[in-house]
Amino acid sequence: MATVIELIGVSKVYGKGKNQVPVLDDINLKVDEGEFVAVLGPSGSGKTTLMNILGLIDTPTSGSYIFEGKPVSELKDRELAKIRNRKIGFVFQSFNLIPDLDALENVELPLIYAGVKPAERQTRAAELLDLVGLSDRTRHRPSEMSGGQQQRVAIARALAADPPLILADEPTGNLDSRSGAEVMNILESLNGSGKTVILITHDREIAARAKRKIEIRDGKIVRDERVKD
Amino acid sequence: MPFSAYIKMALRSITRKKMRSFLTMLGVIIGVASVITLVSITQGTASQIEENIKSLGANLIAVNITGRGPANSLTYEEFQELSSKNPFIDNAAPVSTARLKAVYRGESMDVNITGTNEAYAAIRNLIIARGRFFTTDDVRLRRSVAVIGSTAAEELFGSTNPLGQEIRVKNRIFEVIGVLAPKGNTIGGSEDEIILIPITVACTLTGRSGINQIYMQAGSPEVVQPAIDHLTSELLKKFRGDEDSFRIFDQTQVLETVQQTTGAMSAMLGGIAAISLLVGGIGIMNIMLVSITERTKEIGIRKALGATKQDILLQFLIESIILSGSGGVFGVLSGFAAAYALKSALGISVKFAPPFVILAFSFSLLVGVFFGLYPASRAAGLNPVEALRYE
Repeated sequence: MATVIELIGVSKVYGKGKNQVPVLDDINLKVDEGEFVAVLGPSGSGKTTLMNILGLIDTPTSGSYIFEGKPVSELKDRELAKIRNRKIGFVFQSFNLIPDLDALENVELPLIYAGVKPAERQTRAAELLDLVGLSDRTRHRPSEMSGGQQQRVAIARALAADPPLILADEPTGNLDSRSGAEVMNILESLNGSGKTVILITHDREIAARAKRKIEIRDGKIVRDERVKD
Repeated sequence: MPFSAYIKMALRSITRKKMRSFLTMLGVIIGVASVITLVSITQGTASQIEENIKSLGANLIAVNITGRGPANSLTYEEFQELSSKNPFIDNAAPVSTARLKAVYRGESMDVNITGTNEAYAAIRNLIIARGRFFTTDDVRLRRSVAVIGSTAAEELFGSTNPLGQEIRVKNRIFEVIGVLAPKGNTIGGSEDEIILIPITVACTLTGRSGINQIYMQAGSPEVVQPAIDHLTSELLKKFRGDEDSFRIFDQTQVLETVQQTTGAMSAMLGGIAAISLLVGGIGIMNIMLVSITERTKEIGIRKALGATKQDILLQFLIESIILSGSGGVFGVLSGFAAAYALKSALGISVKFAPPFVILAFSFSLLVGVFFGLYPASRAAGLNPVEALRYE
């Protein structure tokens, strides 16, 4: 299996001088294609920072991050944006849908930046909304949908450009257990179709559905175990 | 990302907050409208003045004789010599003016009695409403005939037909042979209150009767300058090198002066209006900054989904250009409307100068680029993680 991401001695420190707060401390991590990884840890342990670094929206203070064999620190804004656009699908805890756009338009967004033509974009977005069971909600705005529905729109959006890697930062954190279960089913089936999924959670039950569990405490990986396979 | 997508995004966010967008545009609208209105009015006024000057006659050269000491005017013979010797002159008319009382059957009025010759009507573009102008014979034979201005005709004769009537000036009786069409007021005062008589008669009538003004018509626009040069050297001979004894004007000089003045006026008014356009631009920048702060999270989301810095920059820059550009379009339209309103309400003459319209509009676009660039680059430079965290 090809390695998708590799972190070598990655640290992240917030603030400057005496106010420095270390968030990640010498993280070494390798994730292969097709893995389903759950990152566990209490709040403040650095999970989200790790996820942001993996998602290329944050940069490590030291250490190197190699994405599909390329050191990320050498990439320019345009290349980083392209990876975020085509290679990574982000699912956030708070959904992060754009409130002024309806479900279909939100899903279209990554495709706009990918330069896909309008007609093709709409067809693709509609297909994805259908896939997450929201074909009857295409013209609804986020405020007109439940949390579970919003998160499914966000998943459809993450899948729009058909990225090989899905990063989900506590995707069930703001959902009731039934919606949470639905979201987990979708993520599981995505992994089943060959996508690499990295999931952040503090819920052990949810983590139990992943094939590999990594536990973070105080910015360090304290446990890394493969559950199934 | 295709360009149309940026425009669609910008239009969407502009129409989302209609009132705010309109108020933002208003600064530019007022700025552009005032540029258009003010410039249209000054241009209109300028072209009217130019037309007035041109209506004085084509290729006209005017000479004012002030003279020095006793030699303060020219005699008729000197005038004849001056004009016949000048090869560039087609026509010449002397003017000898005196303010005298004209009487018709007890009605009297003070008028400018102007002694001149048969060429005067053609040179000054005078239109004879009734009767005829002098002939060469009238001048040569010193006939006591008069051509009167329209106001003089009205005041002296009322509803009576002046033709063939006799008026008295000093002790001499003149037969009215023609009435001029109204010409209106010009720089030289009313042209309608005059009575024209042959120069040869005027000389004896007024006693002192020198020629203090000459109108000449050059053969073509190209020979106006040679004609003036010739005239200058002749007059310098006559007045023994005293350059202050006479002044020569031609239309081009007067036109240049007027054009310079109105040009300066246009620039000044345009400048004042441009300041309001600048203020409008600052308004745009202010709103763009507010809008970017409000949409910080959206920017973070867009970046996480694969928007490049350039995508974000263009999105907001185009938004600001559309705001100011449509402000420019509405400004041009309301400027036209305001100018037309002034034209019909106050009778001001208005002339639309396309270069200024284009200039005002492109300036408004430029305002959008200039004042949108800073907010847009600030948006583009946002750190995605921090932007996502923004609530």
